[in-house]
Amino acid sequence: MADSRSGRSDSDALIRVETLAKRYETAAGTTPPALNGVDLAIQPGEFVAVMGPSGSGKSTFMNILGCLDTPTSGAYYLDGRNVAELSDDELATLRNRLIGFVFQGFNLLKRISVADNVALPLVYAGEGKSERRRRALELLDQVGLAAHADKQPNQLSGGQQQRVAIARALSNHPRLILADEPTGNLDTHTSEEIMDIFTRLNRDQGITVVLVTHEADIAHHAKRLVRFRDGNVVYDGGVKGI
Amino acid sequence: MNFSAVTGEAWRSMGVNRLRAALAMLGMVIGVAAVVLMLAIGQGTQAIVNDSIASMGSNLFIILSGSTTSGGLRAGMGSAPTLTLEDARAIGKLPSVKTSAPVYSGTAQLGYGPNNWSTVVNGVTPEYLEVRNWAVESGRNLDEGDVRSAARVALIGKTVVFNLFADEPPLGKTMRIKNSPFTIVGVLEAKGQSMDGRDQDDSVLVPVTTAQSKLFGNPFPGTVRFIMAQAPSKEMMTEAEGDIGQLLRIRHRLRNDMENDFTVRNLTATAQAAASSAQALSFMLGAIASISLIVGGIGIMNIMLVSVTERTREIGIRMSIGAKRRDILQQFLLEAVFICTLGGLIGAMLGVAGAWAVSALAEMPAVVTGSSILVAFLFAAGTGIFFGWYPARKAAYLKPVEALRHE
Ligand SMILES: Nc1ncnc2c1ncn2[C@@H]1O[C@H](COP(=O)(O)OP(=O)(O)OP(=O)(O)O)[C@@H](O)[C@H]1O
Ligand SMILES: [Mg+2]
Repeated sequence: MADSRSGRSDSDALIRVETLAKRYETAAGTTPPALNGVDLAIQPGEFVAVMGPSGSGKSTFMNILGCLDTPTSGAYYLDGRNVAELSDDELATLRNRLIGFVFQGFNLLKRISVADNVALPLVYAGEGKSERRRRALELLDQVGLAAHADKQPNQLSGGQQQRVAIARALSNHPRLILADEPTGNLDTHTSEEIMDIFTRLNRDQGITVVLVTHEADIAHHAKRLVRFRDGNVVYDGGVKGI
Repeated sequence: MNFSAVTGEAWRSMGVNRLRAALAMLGMVIGVAAVVLMLAIGQGTQAIVNDSIASMGSNLFIILSGSTTSGGLRAGMGSAPTLTLEDARAIGKLPSVKTSAPVYSGTAQLGYGPNNWSTVVNGVTPEYLEVRNWAVESGRNLDEGDVRSAARVALIGKTVVFNLFADEPPLGKTMRIKNSPFTIVGVLEAKGQSMDGRDQDDSVLVPVTTAQSKLFGNPFPGTVRFIMAQAPSKEMMTEAEGDIGQLLRIRHRLRNDMENDFTVRNLTATAQAAASSAQALSFMLGAIASISLIVGGIGIMNIMLVSVTERTREIGIRMSIGAKRRDILQQFLLEAVFICTLGGLIGAMLGVAGAWAVSALAEMPAVVTGSSILVAFLFAAGTGIFFGWYPARKAAYLKPVEALRHE
């Protein structure tokens, strides 16, 4: 329906935003918009790096893409569906099934085991206990952490924790992975390991990856670069020569 | 999300903060224990009152000398006793009265061997036991012959047996009442406390004529202290009361303008008033205890609110990976209900133990009924839902992005 209205060629875009704007309400009054009319489309299977100075609106953009936040104006079509028209429950289902999140701070639940963390999205998908366990071990094996399944998250290194978070993001076979500075807390070597995982997921499983980073080295793993400044997209193209 | 998974999540997050859950639970434990205990004490009191009503005998009147005015009973104090044995006999013949029993009583020193004991001695007729719904455990009741001949025979209660005879079988023995010898012809079965807390087994029954002539010198020969009368049924009580009044007015030759020189009191009605006040007491105790349950519930709400605030980020994480509002709501609500029902369970056990201790140590009656436990338990679970609802809702309606940003 959205396609017939917009009449654009990228009708099978996984993500499409049109004049997307976000203005935060603060006690201080009106602030400059965090997003100021962003138009962007991302096709299935793309690997996009998002860069830009601090405060340019990258996280705001990612949160909206992830259906964690709502735009002030503009439209967001996820997999052809107008997100503004979806109910809370439908959004939750999208976050559960379609999207996998990876955050800078890992966002693991501290008091439950690594395997339980990985299996948590499966709990909300209604999977049974034994299936959850099986799938958690399989995913941990994929990220090379099978031996750590029954540890607590804080017994792992930062890189290991981020791999747990990636395993968790993958638990429901998402088509889209959104990663906001996933290597921001990691050293160069560990960052490379994490980026290898993203690259493999994108190349071997065709999962769409959108990843925010400040480092050009990291961005080079992607195939497309989007650069933000003051809430606007100021560059959209290849990753060569950054 | 299936129920067992939600239950698991709630259970796990409760286990994570054991001290806090335990403290929240404590409020419930105390509340439920208090309710169970108070209901037990209330019901114990009620049971005693009901027992003593049953032991008093049913559909009873007591007829006393002296008149009632609006201020109450104006008796004794110079006015002569007016009721006689013949009055009692005449009342007993009324069609609306089943049995009547005159009583002439006093306090006397009893003796057997080296033992002494002071107690109430009731001069009665054979009908007394029937009216009082009492029976002889061993030996025989007094009979008409004893009354006619003013025989020196006595029936004694269990407490008297214990204090005078200890282990000796009292039947057939001769004891002293006011230093006169009396033969014990029967032992009364145990009856327990009366409504006003007297030990009914601490009494001696002798023929009314013996009491009048040989024990308690009577300045008004032939009179008795009071007459007990029993109606055949509850429905007959009003009729009997009227008949007794009419009969006594005629027998006492009272002119129309003269006040009654006797008072007919409906004992059963008095007893029922006592029973309903015992019930009111029981209800009040329960109500007071319920307040502690409510306070406990507010404690739970407080702790759940803290828990929601503290775990805002966790809620955000759960939402970001697909938890629906319903899932979060259920998790927190279940956590509150868990705490409450577990606390309720422990509290009910403590309450039962407390009731047991109270009845064992304080010799206060405490009756724990299944329904009082059930009520307390359901109340606890209800408290969990009621006070858990607000914090749970608060958690469920957080915006994902804001919850995630929370430190
Ligand atoms: N919750 C908020 N309330 C008010 N203003 C906000 C909020 N979150 C972000 N902003 C503002 O919106 C703008 C964009 O912020 P955003 O977090 O998207 O930047 P960013 O590009 O992710 O920066 P960084 O690289 O430092 O993470 C900034 O000016 C910021 O101050
Ligand atoms: Mg950011």
